[in-house]
Amino acid sequence: MLSHPLRRAAFPSTRLLRTYATPAGASHTLLFLEHSQGAIEPASLSALTAAQHLKGKITALVVGGEDEEVQRAVEHAKKLDGVSKVIFASSPTYKNLLPEQVTPVIKASLGKDSFTHVAAAHSTLAKSLLPRVAAQLNVSAVPDVISVSSGDNGTTFTRPIYAGNAISTVRAPNSVSPTIFTARATAFPKAKVNDGASSVEASKLDLTDAVPGVEHLETKLAKSDRPDLAVAGRVVSGGRALKDAETFKKIIDPLADVLGAAVGASRAAVDAGYVDNSLQVGQTGKVVAPELYIAVGISGAIQHLAGMKDSKMIVAINKDPDAPIHQVADLGYVADLFEAVPELVEKLKK
Amino acid sequence: MRPSAINRLKVLVPIKRCVDYSVKIRVVNNAVDTNNPFDEIAVEEAVRLREKMGTKIETITALTIGPTKSQETLRTALAMGADKGVHVEIPESSSPEPLGIAKTIEALIKRDKPDIVIMGKQAIDGDQGMTGQMLAGLLEWPQGTQASKVVIREGEKDVDVTREIDGGSETVRLRLPAIITTDLRLNEPRYASLPNIMKAKKKPIEKVTPESLGVDLTPILETVGVAEPPKRVGGGKVESVDELVAKLKEAGVV
Repeated sequence: MLSHPLRRAAFPSTRLLRTYATPAGASHTLLFLEHSQGAIEPASLSALTAAQHLKGKITALVVGGEDEEVQRAVEHAKKLDGVSKVIFASSPTYKNLLPEQVTPVIKASLGKDSFTHVAAAHSTLAKSLLPRVAAQLNVSAVPDVISVSSGDNGTTFTRPIYAGNAISTVRAPNSVSPTIFTARATAFPKAKVNDGASSVEASKLDLTDAVPGVEHLETKLAKSDRPDLAVAGRVVSGGRALKDAETFKKIIDPLADVLGAAVGASRAAVDAGYVDNSLQVGQTGKVVAPELYIAVGISGAIQHLAGMKDSKMIVAINKDPDAPIHQVADLGYVADLFEAVPELVEKLKK
Repeated sequence: MRPSAINRLKVLVPIKRCVDYSVKIRVVNNAVDTNNPFDEIAVEEAVRLREKMGTKIETITALTIGPTKSQETLRTALAMGADKGVHVEIPESSSPEPLGIAKTIEALIKRDKPDIVIMGKQAIDGDQGMTGQMLAGLLEWPQGTQASKVVIREGEKDVDVTREIDGGSETVRLRLPAIITTDLRLNEPRYASLPNIMKAKKKPIEKVTPESLGVDLTPILETVGVAEPPKRVGGGKVESVDELVAKLKEAGVV
């Protein structure tokens, strides 16, 4: 890897070409959209908003395993605010969206135009995929950004570091092309979907052969009728104080039900086996920012706070008045959760 | 894919020295440093593979890229059961990017030819979570990120990795050589016993420089600044469930 002046000296033609193809201020973002049964994922709609902050063109990329499902996602993508083109690829090879298989699709898409940026939601999939792409293109990437802006001297991002205890500002100079980033969903509102017919053009990407060496065996999803944790408007989370899986269910579920909330958990509760690990809120789990976050029996360790401290309103129910969670909670109730929560459920029902 | 004449696996475990996860961040210099917790899980997994597979594991090499102090990190890995350490020494002041780190590891992989690389899914300081995937991308090796279960199959040609994904888990079969990054749930790292800590002092640590590996760790991105996040102030306590419900209604959240 060469330093910037050296890179420019070594590849002056690429630098000139790029400036020619993209006049100052004109960005063109390739936005990787995730979909589920043909509907664009809410986190991807937030990533679209982040891409809009670059004030340039946006081309959406939709990849999937089944033609029909991909077609539905493409139709949906065409109606998204600010999307001027859609590229799609469908093949059984992409069914499980393995990073090894999707990386060549992104690289092929980048060949379609002179893209300045590649963006996606900071999902598990994009986390696996985009760094792999970045390395193959020999560019850095900026993950989990909470703000994006572009200027003459590059693209500036902010992102949380040290479990959200510090905010780092980094700039990718224009010579880094494309600039790759993933957007934290809870930091950007969801982009609008325009009703009515769309004249946005969609083009199919020629299929790439499957990359050998990786095979998908099975996927196990935790079934739930509740809203998805990462995008729920309300979240009720339980911690180690819930004692066991049965008690967790008995105490937390009725409160979540009465509020129409998603259920979350602290790492301690997950490690103790009370709930599935996909429900973990924190630095190493999901980052949520709902309207209302109720922490039940959670002390509020740094690693947990990193996942929920941007919630609009935080309520803590914890019998320890000195628990760190009370320092961030808008409403703290020092009480035994086994009495307080059922009472709260009863009173909310009225 | 590199064919190996005898099915004995070389395991490489890249680790990073980080500020302790329980420390409230103020100034890094005064804080307690420790191994990145995800990396301890990676070392533990490598040691467990040996415990399960015995002589089929040829060597476990721990690797760290960092200032002089990072040697302590290597000693901890050696005390946990790694055989030898490689220390790529860089100045205290430098903060390389994941791509630079990945290129350094790539250079060592091309030199030492490990069959399996196990590393943490993210460091808890930069929280980037990219190095493993970048390394897999550079080498064009398969990747099993956020692993909660790792099973090397009979014949030592493939590894089955169960990964944590949004909403559940998935299992992939990777042809070796491959890169695995560890989720917290993969295992519970052991404490190094005193005799093992003493033994670790005799294990070899090789020192290399980025220059000798032909890699440049100059960052591509410019760090403009680091700031404190906006402070959240607690809003006080309520005395009863009735008061709690009333306040929630007042705020319009229920």
